[in-house]
Amino acid sequence: MFTDFFYVLRKHKVPVSITEWMTLMEALAGGHINNMDEFYFLARAILVKSETHYDHYDVAFQEYFKGIETPDEITEQVLEWLQSPMRNRELLSPEEQALFDKMDLEELMKELEKRLGEQTGQHDGGHHWVGRGGTSPFGHSGYHPGGIRIGGQSGGRSAIKIAQERRFQNYRDDLTLDVRQMKMALRGLRQLNRTGPEDELDLEETIDATAGNAGEIELVWERSRKNTVKVLLLMDVGGSMSPFARLCSQLFSAAHSSSHFKDFRYYYFHNCIYDDVYQDMERQEKVSTDLLLRTLEPDYKLLLVGDAAMAPSELMERYGAINYYQRNESPGVVWMKRIAEHFTHSVWMNPEEPRLWGQPSVRLIGKLFPMFPLTLEGLGQAVKRLVVKSG
Amino acid sequence: MKNASFDQFKGSADYVTSEPLRNAVNVSIALGRPLLIRGEPGTGKTMLARSIAKALEKKLITWHVKSTTKAQEGLYLYDTVQRLNDSRFGDKDVADIKHYIKLGKLGRAFTAPEQVVLLIDEVDKADIEFPNDLLNELDEMSFHIPETNETITAIHRPVTVITSNAEKELPDAFLRRCIFHYIEFPDAKLMEEIVGVHFPDLKPGLLKEALKVFYSLREIEEFRKKPSTSELIDWIRALMAGGISHDDIAKEVPFMGTLLKKETDYDYFVNNYMTRVGDTLVIRRR
Repeated sequence: MFTDFFYVLRKHKVPVSITEWMTLMEALAGGHINNMDEFYFLARAILVKSETHYDHYDVAFQEYFKGIETPDEITEQVLEWLQSPMRNRELLSPEEQALFDKMDLEELMKELEKRLGEQTGQHDGGHHWVGRGGTSPFGHSGYHPGGIRIGGQSGGRSAIKIAQERRFQNYRDDLTLDVRQMKMALRGLRQLNRTGPEDELDLEETIDATAGNAGEIELVWERSRKNTVKVLLLMDVGGSMSPFARLCSQLFSAAHSSSHFKDFRYYYFHNCIYDDVYQDMERQEKVSTDLLLRTLEPDYKLLLVGDAAMAPSELMERYGAINYYQRNESPGVVWMKRIAEHFTHSVWMNPEEPRLWGQPSVRLIGKLFPMFPLTLEGLGQAVKRLVVKSG
Repeated sequence: MKNASFDQFKGSADYVTSEPLRNAVNVSIALGRPLLIRGEPGTGKTMLARSIAKALEKKLITWHVKSTTKAQEGLYLYDTVQRLNDSRFGDKDVADIKHYIKLGKLGRAFTAPEQVVLLIDEVDKADIEFPNDLLNELDEMSFHIPETNETITAIHRPVTVITSNAEKELPDAFLRRCIFHYIEFPDAKLMEEIVGVHFPDLKPGLLKEALKVFYSLREIEEFRKKPSTSELIDWIRALMAGGISHDDIAKEVPFMGTLLKKETDYDYFVNNYMTRVGDTLVIRRR
């Protein structure tokens, strides 16, 4: 049935909500759609809110309308929708419509589920929930001349063919990542505080001061709001991280060239953090982790990058460091814990695919730091996590 | 059969649209929802609103959003300082707060006696919270002024066009209420039409050569700013004014500065693609 399209879209990760689905129904009910081509574009305009999801939409569209290539077949499909005569075509009164509009999402969800439940039980009644606007787009032509026209002229090419072209493949955000896109994602990292010169009028204070001044105007200024986010980036380099070197350096340059942070610090480590971290990728210039924890305030947003893949001993044992000469007195996990406890906002970005996160060390680290995949989507989620108030 | 009132927007004489875009505009008008337009710079996002206003013969109200813009400014401003100031002299009626309430762009669009086209330009420039702050106002098309206890309700729902350069992620709640369209960079065929609108008596030979050069320039990934439609229009204007014959276009790329605006891009192109023959720079043969 037609509602399945909604779920096919959801399955393909197009974030469609009930609100949008209802809007589409409204558009259908209003008779704004003449043929499959128009349906393709209009449904896209209403349901998809970012060009990064256009490709997902194309894939979903193909899946749902698969095998329907010629206009004739589309007509048949549409006819099929129309075949079931609608008994429950009650028209909503304007009051009811208004009520419907006011329902919040949860109620709508419930309502939808309820009606969907009816739909499986009683096939021909299945269309009635879409009749929100009081008329249904799926009416018989006699009932609803404004509905989908059967056998209407179709455009130069069929919608399914447009979907097959998948012209928006390059816009997907779960595949490609470049520095600019990462910068975009990092822009989300902001926290506005009042700093800098006093250039904003403080109205309340001005009124008070003026009143106190017997009506002679006294202007009081305050500081305007600026971004005060400080970022600490700790990156795992070498060994199993080598395949991801390019990705990591992209993230680094994105963070480094983002001018809107108040402070940006970065250090390197290998596999796990022990007594020291390093200022350079060759791991020659040491900085003691202790010093780091003492000098950096807890409000630094901490981004750890690494695959967290290591032998359990590296994490759990004294002298467990992969580098023999490191001789760590405390096991790596203790250091990790200290770091996690010190910084109120921290995330771990893992360049490995999430399906490979089964290793014990990865799971352990994942318990200490919220872990996200190093993709644009993951970075976006991580940034969201970093700005929420309670770490 | 379509509703007669649906096909309102058919494009205007000076603005070429694709059919999906026209449909998106019309459905947003019919459903009374804001139309969110995204696309590369120079694809005519802002021009669209102007074109809609012209085609529907409605007034256009433009609200340019800047990084400091607050949602409140679009609704109304309460000029307290003026009121305080006036209170000292007593020559104006300070008791009536209404004199000091100035409606913003949104407020004016709501109170206009006729339906207007409202353009909220570059919505992503402002603070991340900005679109969320406007949710209710755009949804219900009304807002309340606590100072005067007045509620401003839209007399006619304005046709709302919102443009975004995708500099910031827009909030989901905001997106859910919009109709979205992404303007792709026009392909050569559509571009021919667009250029044709600007230069009705351009020689086809010149246009063809110019477009060929233009699209091959756009394929160079190393550019920091790829030339866009507005650069192309400027360039063609320069070519016509300079009376350049179309053989020279592909050979020398005259007036390259109108196409490549960044010095680094310009240098990159000259160093990698051109060579000096006598006094002139010509495209290197490959």
